[in-house]
Formats: sequence, structure tokens, C-alpha cells
Amino acid sequence: MSIHSKGRGLQAYAVLYLLFLYAPILLLPIFAFNSGTIIAFPLQGFTTEWFSQMWANATLRRALTNSLTIAVSSSVLATCLGVFAARASTRFRFPGRGGMMGFIMLPMVLPEIIVAMSLLVVLLGMGVQLSLLTVILGHALICMPYAIAILSTAFSSLDRSLEEAAFDLGESKWGAFRLITLPLVMPGIISSLLISFTISLDEFIIAFFLAGNEPTLPTYIFSQLRFPRAIPVIMALGTVLVILSIVLLAIGEYFRRRGNARIGGSPTGGLL
Amino acid sequence: MAKFDAEARAGLSLIAPPFLYALVILAAPLLTILAYSFLTDGYLEIIRDFTWTNYAQVMSDPIVRVVMTRSLIVAMVVTAVTVLLAFPVAYYVSFVVRPERKSLWLFLITIPFWTSYLIRVFLWKVILGYNGVVNSSLTGLGIIDEPLTFILYNVNSIVITLAHAYAPFAILPIFVALEKIDRSLLEAGRDLGESRAMTFWRVTLPLAMPGVLAAVLIVFIPTIGDYVTPEVIGGGKIPMIANMIQVQMLALDNRPLGSALAVTAMLIVAVISLIFLFLNRRFLKVRQ
Repeated sequence: MSIHSKGRGLQAYAVLYLLFLYAPILLLPIFAFNSGTIIAFPLQGFTTEWFSQMWANATLRRALTNSLTIAVSSSVLATCLGVFAARASTRFRFPGRGGMMGFIMLPMVLPEIIVAMSLLVVLLGMGVQLSLLTVILGHALICMPYAIAILSTAFSSLDRSLEEAAFDLGESKWGAFRLITLPLVMPGIISSLLISFTISLDEFIIAFFLAGNEPTLPTYIFSQLRFPRAIPVIMALGTVLVILSIVLLAIGEYFRRRGNARIGGSPTGGLL
Repeated sequence: MAKFDAEARAGLSLIAPPFLYALVILAAPLLTILAYSFLTDGYLEIIRDFTWTNYAQVMSDPIVRVVMTRSLIVAMVVTAVTVLLAFPVAYYVSFVVRPERKSLWLFLITIPFWTSYLIRVFLWKVILGYNGVVNSSLTGLGIIDEPLTFILYNVNSIVITLAHAYAPFAILPIFVALEKIDRSLLEAGRDLGESRAMTFWRVTLPLAMPGVLAAVLIVFIPTIGDYVTPEVIGGGKIPMIANMIQVQMLALDNRPLGSALAVTAMLIVAVISLIFLFLNRRFLKVRQ
């Protein structure tokens, strides 16, 4: 009996907590479809005006193209590098493994402003022109730890005897990796790509300092927050972005779980 | 022995690409900042003379002290609030939720963390603002006559916004630690006559402490370096250390002083984290 009452109290708290987590996101569509130009209650009327203004905005389209270019490139780069690190740390023992892995995972906790500022100082010092490429370099760095976290779970639950069987049957090292290992960790790779893509798409600090004059979606949003008249369009943009992120993360989660099921892992874990 | 060498070589050659990438993109810039912090700022260029002046300036400047103290207090309050609020949720998901529903809960908890950070911060400004959701609802309901001022564009609203932004970061490590607890230990505690509360206090909590410590650090370190929230919520009037570093580096173009600020901030955070871990070292031993 007491288990039930305790469970229920905790459950009520957990639901309230989720509500707190989602409060701002739930407000987004409300203001995106509100015809009033001021972001406040009471609401005025229903409109899709902000969405049509959003599609018509040329700077926004440029920011979108830039953001997509950056997100695709940096997620591919981060996942490729992540495959190396995850494979090395889960399959081999070698001197300095803990230290090197710790250093690679460092950007996960290092404040982004430190990463952005130090990289900016070096780039400016070397006379490198700031561009989308410099943002991609920074984004790949901060996506890499998340990619490794996902890929490590995929690699660590691999059955080593499957590879050995492939060797015994005459496959080369690369052949065994391509035919056995890669298909088994593929869900992890897809999940890593999607999560890195989402992180890069939403990243502001590095894009703000390293993009030069090129807008990305977050830096465009930041530049518009100062103008009250631009806010409703930003709310519409935010609604689209949130839906897009949730879809991408859900697909990523689906692949991660399918990968775990395929190699007989537990359904929880993943990023942990 | 030869086998070990081959394995070590294979491992090292595999880890080389990501490690070199991190060296070039992260370690080299951090070392450059460290070097810059000992140089002198000249007009339009940096003079290559070794000096401690930047650090002396950072230590003696009252504004730096105010901003640094503010950042530390905000980060500590945010960390305390986040971890305390997160623990029951992690506990609920680990101990009460059915195993097949756990990953759904974790997924729901992490989604907001990955969606439009900037817009979420801005929406907190809208929620807490003068004509915001909280104030207009409370005035509309006749509960208050004047808008609440303690949540208006000040340190309190920065704390609320950051506590919201870093919430999932606190839940995940605590959840992992709770999941690892052998459930039979709790039954043993009950069988030996401990009450539910005492079992929690003497068995569950100490075993969960490594997760709590990880949560504290993983929230504290990024929070103290947050740039967006003070900028958006405080409108640049309540800077934290990240904003100050940015102003020195770019707006004032004093890179040596900016670098010294960044290095000092990182040192302070590192020292606080180490002291914190040292004070809690007995909890870390529990796991072994």
C-alpha cells in the first residue's frame, strides 16, 4: 500500500517536472499562431501570417542553407572520428587510453565560450578567413563526444567471436569490418549522425563567433531577438525547428534501440 | 608480449585521428590562450614580452571580482536547485517506472535539452517578464496588483532559466548511478529492520552519490561559462564571466587580458571542482 502512495506522489512530481521542462516549448506554437505582434497574454486571434513571412525571408533561407551545410558536414566528420575512437576504446587496450579518451570527451563539459574564444584567437592570429568551414571544425569537435558516447555502446556490445569467425573463414581485416562489424553498428552510426546533426543545428556560441558574416539559424534568431516586431516570425521558426529536432531525435532513438535489440542489449542506456 | 604490442599499436593507430583532431582544434588553441595571457597588449598588435600584469589586473580589478563572484554564486545556486529537483525524477524513473517504459521517460527528459536553446532562453524572458505569462496571469486572476519584480530581468531569472536549461544533464548521471544499485541490498536493509526512510538514507543515497557528484560537476562547469542567458535575460546589464571574456577579447580587443580572464576562470572552476571531489572522496570509494 505504502509503495503505491509513494509511487504516486513521485509520479505527480515527475509529471510536474516534465511540464516545467516543456513549458517554454509548449508556448512556442501558441505565440506562432497568435495574430498579436506582442508576445504576451491575452492572445489575439489565429493566423498563419508569421509562417508565410518566414518562408518569404531571404536572409532566413540563406541561414537555413548555411546551417544545413554545417550540420551535415560536422555530423559526418564527428561520426567518422567517433567510429575510430569508439572502436579503439572498446576493442583494444593500449597505454594512455584513459587519458586520451578523457581529453577527446572534454568538450562535453568545457564551456563553449572557452572553445569558441580560443579557436577564434588562433584563427585570427593565423590570418584564416572566418567561414562556414571554421564553424564546421568547431562543431565537429563538440559533437564528437556525443557521437563517441553513442557509438561506444554500439561497439562495446559487439560479439567479438563474430569477427573471429569471419577471419577464420578467410576474410581480411577490412573485409570482416565491412561485412560483419559495420552492419551491426550501423544503427549506432545513424543515431550518432542524427544526434550530431541536431546538436550542430542548434549550436549558437561557436557559430556566432566563428562564422564571420555568414548567418546560421541560431545566429539569425539571436540577431532578431532585439527587434520586438521580428519576434512572431522567430516563434514560427522556433516551432518548425522544435518539430524538426523532435522528429530527428525520435528517428535517432529508434535506430539506437533497434541496434541494441539486434545485438541483444538492454533498451536503456545509450547516451549514458 | 608481442601480442600486447600488436594490440597496443592497433589501438593507438585507431585512436590517432580523433585524438589528433582534438589536439589541433582544442589543445593548441587552449595553449595559445595560455601563452597570450602572459603577453602585453599593444595598439593593433600583441607585444611579445613576458609579463604577469594581465593576471595582476584580473586579480585587482573590482569589476572582475564582482562578475566572477556573481558567476560563481549563480552557478552554485543553479547546480543546487537543478540537482535537488532532478534527484526525485531520476529516482522515480529508476525505481518506480516499469523497465520497458524507462527509455521513453529518458527520451522525454532529454528532448527539450536539444531543441532551440536560444528560443527557450528567450521564452523564459517572456514567461517571467513585466507583461509575461506569470505576471499577467497573476494580475488577471487578481492575486497581485503590481507585477512581481523579483523575477524581472535579474539574477533570479538567470538562475531559473539556467536551472531549466541544464535539468537533463543532472537527471542522467543520477539515473545511471541508481540503476546500478543492487536491489537486493535494499531488501536486505528492510529485512534487517530499517525503515524505508532509513534504508534510503543509509543505502540508496550513499550508493547514488557518485551519480550526484557527476551531476553537480556536469551542471556547474558549463553553467559558470554560460554566455547566452545573461546576454538575453539580463540584456547585457548583468554580465557573467563568459560575457566579460568576450568583451575583452573582441569589443575591447585586449586579447592578453581576455586570455588571462579565461585562464583564471578555468583555474578557479578546476580548483573548486577538485575541492568538491576531495570533500566527497568517501562517496567515490564506495563503488570500488
